[in-house]
This record gives sequence, C-alpha cells and structure tokens, in this order.
Amino acid sequence: MKQSPKDIEENARVVNRRGLVVGGLQLAFMGMLGLRMRQMQIEEADEYRLLAEENRINVRLLAPPRGLIFDRNGVIIADNSQNYRIIIVREDAGDVDEVIGKLKELVTLDEDELERAIREMNRRSPFVPVTLADRLTWEEFSKVAVNSPALPGITPDVGLSRYYPLKDDFAHVIGYVGPVSDYDLSRIEDPDPLLQIPKFQIGKIGVETKLEENLRGKAGSKRIEVNAAGRVMRELDRDPGTPGSDIQLTVDARLQNFVQARLAGESAGVVVMDCENGDILSIGSAPAYDPNLFVRGISSADYNVLREDKYVPLRNKPVQGTYPPGSTYKMVVALAALEMGVLNPDETVWCPGHYQLGRRRFHCWKRGGHGHMNLSDSLIQSCDVYYYDISQRVGIDRITAMANKLGLGVRHDIPMSAVTEGLAPTQQWKQVRRGEAWRVGDTLNASIGQGFTLASPLQLCVYTARMASGLNLEPHLIKTVDGVALYPDPPEKIDINPYHLRLMRDAMDSVNNGSRGTARGSRIVMEGYEIAGKTGTSQVRNITPAERAAGVIRNEDLPWERRDHALYVGYAPRDKPKYAVSVVVEHGGGGSRAAAPVARDILAFAQFGEVPPLEAYPTSQRERIRTMYEAMDLKDPRPPAPGRSRA
Amino acid sequence: MSYLEYNVKTVPTGFRKVLYLNWPLILLLIAVSSIGFLMLYSVAGGNINRWTEPQMQRFGLGLLAMFIVAMVPIWFWRNVAALAYGVSLLLLLAVEFFGVTGMGAQRWIDLGFMRLQPSEVTKITLVMILAAYYDWLDPKKVSRPLWVAIPVILILIPTGLVVIQPDLGTSILLLAGGGVVMFLAGVSWWYFGTVIAAGVGLVSAVFTSRGTDWQLIKDYQFRRIDTFLDPSQDPLGAGYHITQSKIALGSGGLSGRGFMQGTQSRLNFLPEKHTDFIFTTLAEEFGFMGAFSLLALYGLIIFFCIASAMTMKDRFSALLVYGIAAAFFFYFAVNMSMVMGLAPVVGVPLPLVSYGGSAMLVLLVAFGLVQSAHVHRPRGN
Repeated sequence: MKQSPKDIEENARVVNRRGLVVGGLQLAFMGMLGLRMRQMQIEEADEYRLLAEENRINVRLLAPPRGLIFDRNGVIIADNSQNYRIIIVREDAGDVDEVIGKLKELVTLDEDELERAIREMNRRSPFVPVTLADRLTWEEFSKVAVNSPALPGITPDVGLSRYYPLKDDFAHVIGYVGPVSDYDLSRIEDPDPLLQIPKFQIGKIGVETKLEENLRGKAGSKRIEVNAAGRVMRELDRDPGTPGSDIQLTVDARLQNFVQARLAGESAGVVVMDCENGDILSIGSAPAYDPNLFVRGISSADYNVLREDKYVPLRNKPVQGTYPPGSTYKMVVALAALEMGVLNPDETVWCPGHYQLGRRRFHCWKRGGHGHMNLSDSLIQSCDVYYYDISQRVGIDRITAMANKLGLGVRHDIPMSAVTEGLAPTQQWKQVRRGEAWRVGDTLNASIGQGFTLASPLQLCVYTARMASGLNLEPHLIKTVDGVALYPDPPEKIDINPYHLRLMRDAMDSVNNGSRGTARGSRIVMEGYEIAGKTGTSQVRNITPAERAAGVIRNEDLPWERRDHALYVGYAPRDKPKYAVSVVVEHGGGGSRAAAPVARDILAFAQFGEVPPLEAYPTSQRERIRTMYEAMDLKDPRPPAPGRSRA
Repeated sequence: MSYLEYNVKTVPTGFRKVLYLNWPLILLLIAVSSIGFLMLYSVAGGNINRWTEPQMQRFGLGLLAMFIVAMVPIWFWRNVAALAYGVSLLLLLAVEFFGVTGMGAQRWIDLGFMRLQPSEVTKITLVMILAAYYDWLDPKKVSRPLWVAIPVILILIPTGLVVIQPDLGTSILLLAGGGVVMFLAGVSWWYFGTVIAAGVGLVSAVFTSRGTDWQLIKDYQFRRIDTFLDPSQDPLGAGYHITQSKIALGSGGLSGRGFMQGTQSRLNFLPEKHTDFIFTTLAEEFGFMGAFSLLALYGLIIFFCIASAMTMKDRFSALLVYGIAAAFFFYFAVNMSMVMGLAPVVGVPLPLVSYGGSAMLVLLVAFGLVQSAHVHRPRGN
C-alpha cells in the first residue's frame, strides 16, 4: 500500500493527538495516586501509625505468684515451688528427633509425656513453645542448661507451681489447686483474663478455692513485639503484677501432723479448737491423700484408687461427714431441761435397762440397767433411760433450740468446701421433709443422739468448746490475710446459765476422772493437764427384736461398715478449759474404747506442745503408749528460720 | 514500500546504534529496578540471596535481551508480530493443559530454568500485533465495523484465555492495553463510548448475578470486591490484605521509618510482601518521599516513551511505543491503586520492582522494542 507523505503526516498527527490524550489521562491518574499517597502518608499518618503499633505490640499476661498459706506459727503449708521445665521450639530445633535423642542422654524423659508433647508440637505452629518435660531436679536442669548450645530449640525454663510440703496432713484443711478447666471457666461469670493462661492453677477445693480471690493476685503483663503469625520478636517492657495475699491459718501444723499420725489406719474425723477464741487448731480427716497429686491434674488411675477406697479418703470427714452424735448429745438435752426449769439436778430416775413407751420398748445400752440415776450419774455412766424420761418433759423443739444455740444443726462459716449443716430435727422438719407427724418415740431417739439427729465433728467441737468456755465461740480457720487479723473481737458470753454449764463440766470431768466414768481408761493423770469429756457410741443399724433375743452381736463380729461409730467430745485442762476436741472414728466400735484414747492423746499433745511425757498416762498404760509413740513417724514441721527469704 | 523502508538511509547502522539508544530511559529503568533490589533485600530481612540476587540476575539477562532487541531493526519486529502473537496464544493454551498452579490459578509453564507466565508475554505481543495490524490497515478504514471487529477479536482471545486461568488482573490489563492501541490508531470515539456504556451494564449484570446459578465471577472475587468497598467488614479475613497494606503504607509518614526499619513488613503483617505488595514496604520505610519518587520515576519513563513516540512518523513504531507505555502505565497504576485501597486486590505486580522473572524479562524486552523503534526511527530530514 502506497501512502503519500501528506497522508503519513496526517496519520501521525492523529496518533500523536490521541497519544497526548492518553498521556494526559495517565498524568491525571498519577496525580491522583500522588494525592492519595499524600492523604495517607501525611494527613492520616498518625492514625495509621497508631494502628501499626497495635498490630505490632501484643500484651501477654504474667501469672502473679499465688499467695502462700502458713500455719499459725509461720510454717509453710502451701508453697510455690520452682518448676524446672524444658521447653522446645520446633522451628529452632530443626531435626526434632535428633534433639530429643540428645536430650535423652542427659535426662530421663517420661515416654507418655514425650508422646503428648510431640503431638502438641505437631499440632501447633512451629514457633510455639511446648513443654517437653517438667518437674526436673536441679541437677537435671543444670545439665540441660550447660549443654543448651548443643541442643538447638531447647530452653530450660523456670515457672511457679503449687507445692504442699506437708503432703497428706493438710489435704483436707486447705484443699488443692489444679489446672483451670473448661468447667471452671463455665462457672465463672466474668473470668479473670489470667484464667486464659494454659494450665493456670486455681483453687479446686477447700481454702484454696474459697479464698481464691485473695490468693490469686493481680495479673501482670508484658508487652512484646510480635509478627503477624504471633511469633515473639522481643520483649518491650513488663509489669510483674501483684502477688496473691498470704494467708495464715489458725491451724497448728505440728498438732495437725500429730492428729493425722494418730489417726493412721482409721477412718475418722477430728477437730481441735481453742476454747478462748474459736481458732481451729487442727482439723483432721483420715485417711487423707497427697494434694500434690492434683496440682498438675490427677491421673485417672490415681483418682480411681482414691475414689474406690472404702475409707473414702476424698471426704473431708470433720466438716462434711455427718454422724448420729449418740451419747455426746446428752448434754444438749440436759441443758435444755435445766434452762427450761423442768429438771432438778438431784432428782433421780430409775433405770431398769429399758423404757416402756406405750407398746414400744426403748433399751438402755446397759442391759441390766443403771438403777437410780441423777443428772450427774446419768452423764458419767451415760444412762439412756434417764434421757428418755426427761426429753419428754422438754419436747423436741426445745432440745433442738438448745442444740442450735450450742452450734449443732447450724452451718458454721469456715472456708472449706461442702461444710455440712448436720441435722437437729424439729416437729416441723419432719412434717415438711418426711410428710409425717413427729412422734414421742422420735423425741426419745433424739434424746440419745440417734434417730434423725446428725452432727459433724466440727459441730460437736464447737458445742463442746461453748460448753467448756461459756463463750459463744465461732470456729475460725483463717487467722490473718496479708498480715491483717480477721477476727480481732473477743467472743461474747453464751446465753446459758453458767451454773448449768458448770454442772455439765463437773459431770464430764467425772466421765474421765471419776471412778465409774465411761472414759476413765482415757484419763490424764498429771496434775493440771487432766481432761474432761463425754463418750458416744452411735448405731448405724437397727437392732431387731430377734437379734436382741439371741443376744446382741459384738461389734467386733460385724463387718466393718456395720459397726458402731465411736465418738468422744472433750476439753482440757479440766479446770481452765483451753482446748476442745471432738473425735469420730467411723465404725470404730465403742466411744470409750476407740474414740476417747485418740482424743486424750490429742489433748495431751495440744497441752504439752509436743509428744506428751509418759508420766501423763496411768502407769498401767505407759508401756503400750510408749510403743505407740515410738512407732509414730512425726514430721515436726517448724517455721523457716527468720531471715530466710520467701521462695 | 512503507515510509519506514523508504527512509532507511537515515537510520544508524552497526555499533553506532548504541549511541542512538534512548539512554535516559535506560537509566530510568536501572533506577527503578535498583529500588526493587533494595526493597527485596529489605523484605528478606537483610538476606541478599533470597530474592535480590535472582532478581538481579534476571535484570541482567533482561537488560541483555533489551539491547539485542534494540539492535534489531524495528521492521523485523513488525514482520514477526503475527508470529509472536500466535506463539503467545499457544503458550496460553499450553498453560491450560500443562500449567503449574500457583495462588489458586494456573499461570506458569515450567521451562526448567525459569517459570514462564505466558499472560505476561501476551501483554506485549498483543500490542505488537495490534500495532502491526493498524500499520497494515488503510487509516481510512479503521472505524469501519469489520476492521474494528478484527482487533477486538485479537484482544478478546488472549483476554478470555487469561480470565479462565483465572487471572482477573492480567485480563484487565490486556483489555485496557489493547483498547488504548485501538484508540491511538484513530478508531472512532463512538466505539469507546459504546464499550464503556456496555461495561457499566456488564458490571451491574455481574452484581445482579450474585448468588444465582449463573454467577459470572467467582466467590472470592466477589468477596474481594466487598472488602474493597468496606475492608473493615472482615479485617482479619478477606479484608486482611488491604487493611494491613494500608496500615503499613500510612504509617510510613513523610520520611518513613528508615531502610530495613519497617515494622509491618518486617514482622510479616504484609501479605505477598515481595511481590504484589512490595510498594507498601517502600512506602513504609521511605515514606511519602520514597513512594512519590518512585511514582515520579514511573512518570518519567512514560514521559520519555511518549516523547520518543511523538517523533516517530512510522505508524507501527508510534503505536507500539504508545501501547507499551500504556501497558506499563496500567501495571503500576493498578498495583498502586490496589495497595492504597483504591482498587480491588487483583494480583498485578509493581513493574520492575516486584519479585518475578516473567514480568521483568517481558518488560525489558518490551523496552527493547521501544529502543529499537527509537534507534531505527528516521531522522535528520
């Protein structure tokens, strides 16, 4: 095709004209891009820079050290131990198998734990630290630390973990902590962000959970620079948070240790209180368990062993266990009658060994009967018929009112889990709960602490302490929080005629020290240390008339779980009560035989502040007592020497 | 005999051609590419081997290719335009069957020594075939429907092949680049008006098709449009790219955080930080001054191309140079709009700066064509 130069010029002009249009549009667009840059980078720069900071900086929570728990003398009961761990970062390790192989030459790794860690590692991003092993010894830890240059991706790390140095002794007193669970989170309405920390330890039971808010402390934080994938680049600053409050219990660790040791082999609950202020000095439950098992989450094998034990080690018997109080309840009935004015302490009731109520016959524990009984005799010899008689004069509702006044049938406010209310029945209670009218026979049963009546060792101890001191004592488990005393006010007098209380104490004195007392075998003979108390034996089965005809079966011949509960409540010293005690030995047989000796040893230890001297015991018992104490393995926990810094 | 061959006497020959190269343009290309090397070094966290070194090798190879292409007379390139176009169509077809899938689309053919993206090649061959077509076509016929239909088909074939990869970004660039060449060749304004009207209609059709069985684009593309319109909808999901990109860019401020100091890109908040989003790193580390300088350099490249094209009497040369300049413009304009939140994220690299072999080589070969047209343009009389 031939074109003239003129056409060519013309066509080129068209192209250039349109080229300039395109170029102009391009320039305009570039101008707009430039303006956009200006808008974002100059006018809105501050805004974007703020967003960039937020992107870059991540706030991580720091777990504050949990408050420590001490006994009344400063012995550490719940400590925070250094937990030496080995942490691995897959990305830094390179060949994980090789690194773990090298690590195995230095420390023994638990295979299950290792498998779990490897699974976790493969599931998470390669830069997430995973705990490979924890609870290392210092020696193992330092071996790893020294060799860390040869172990890429391995970091030795120190964290805090709850540790209970006294193990079983305080399992039931303070409970335990455990890793926070989904269930825990679902129960809490406004969860503390701390709970989001994996495996964060919170109180699960007992003081540890009841005082969780005090013990936990306030979360600290550290600001770290992260990238979009969440990998930590560096730490910018940190705020360590506020450590949890330290808590001091009223409990005496040495006494507690003795109580647990003395209860070894039994299924029992014991409470020791200070009669002057209500401090719980010991609260024993046997058998116990090692709370350290729960700290990292208990294995199901360990848990099943505890759950299937017929002695129920997981039950906190002194506060959760309820038992028919048996004869230990008789002072309630006596005081109710005295306060009501329907009982003269000197009048006598004839005990032929049974009591006839209409067509029903109520038996005294002594088949032959006690003969003439006055108030004092009825307590010393624990005559049942006497109480069958006087309880009818008082009526169940007044008996129960007196029980409540003495601390029975009411829930005491101490920071433990599932503290029981027990049961002091009333006519109304039976009507509402059982749908039946109260009958006189029920009152008779209640008068000797049987039938519907139920009490926990804690309640029995409060009751005893109130009688012994004449004070309206409340039980206290916590002495101070962060050094501040919780109950500075002295207790008030109880609203019971002191003379009537005096009568009770005199009778209880004779129970141990009188020639015919049921607990005479468990007396202390050293002057100034004598104890006073009341035994109880409560049936857990009904004795059928046929059985009775064939002769009552001896407790020893029954299977364990059908034997009677043995109870004892008492105090010492008898003249100026300082310590009150209650002992319930489940299915232990008779109170005088199974419970009173335990209570005697505990009261002796409490008074002497150490293993009591043999001189405190009747001569004939000394050899047996000596053997018993020698076999006992006491820990003798002492407070740390002053000046030792907190762990 | 065309005007070009007629005036061949005035064209330099032999090694003298080197003196007639458009040297300012070459220097601009080197400058822009060097910015790319710096940024690749920075986003790799100071690692030169990761992206910078291979990019420099490709740049060297591309520069060599550019010189070779520039030395070859422009009429040779006009004569092989149809062949080049055909080959690139075959490559696009090949990618359908033998392509390597990357980022959810089939885009590459693995040649062993490099991965070739035929869609990149097509951007240039399309401009070549259109320029050659209008060089051949009598200028009086350019607006006749039949002669308009032919280039439209030439554009739509590769565009269609790229759309089904699917690579929306490149198909838009092909469409726009081809359209610009047609416009320059003098096709009547009416056609463009009609196409724009039809385009608006199509966009509304696409949106009405949403959620129906005959949905016209993929869900992810709809979502990208949604998050483009309102990135705050899903800041950690689909809107993440845009949001992070804007944060990095805006936080650069006037003078930036300094070389290698960009926290956003350093800390991996930025997606595809070495490819499509490399501009954000530049903007973060060198601020408005750095970002605007790059824009200015690109502007100068366009300016030198247009200035060179203005002096060309040869129709093929002029259309080719204008067309390549336009294609180049669309590259960076779309990329920058995208990272600044002015356009949806469609996957267009920043020319000469983003990491990527095909685009680098193809662009330098294209500038080789520009140089060839510049060197071999008749001059003097």
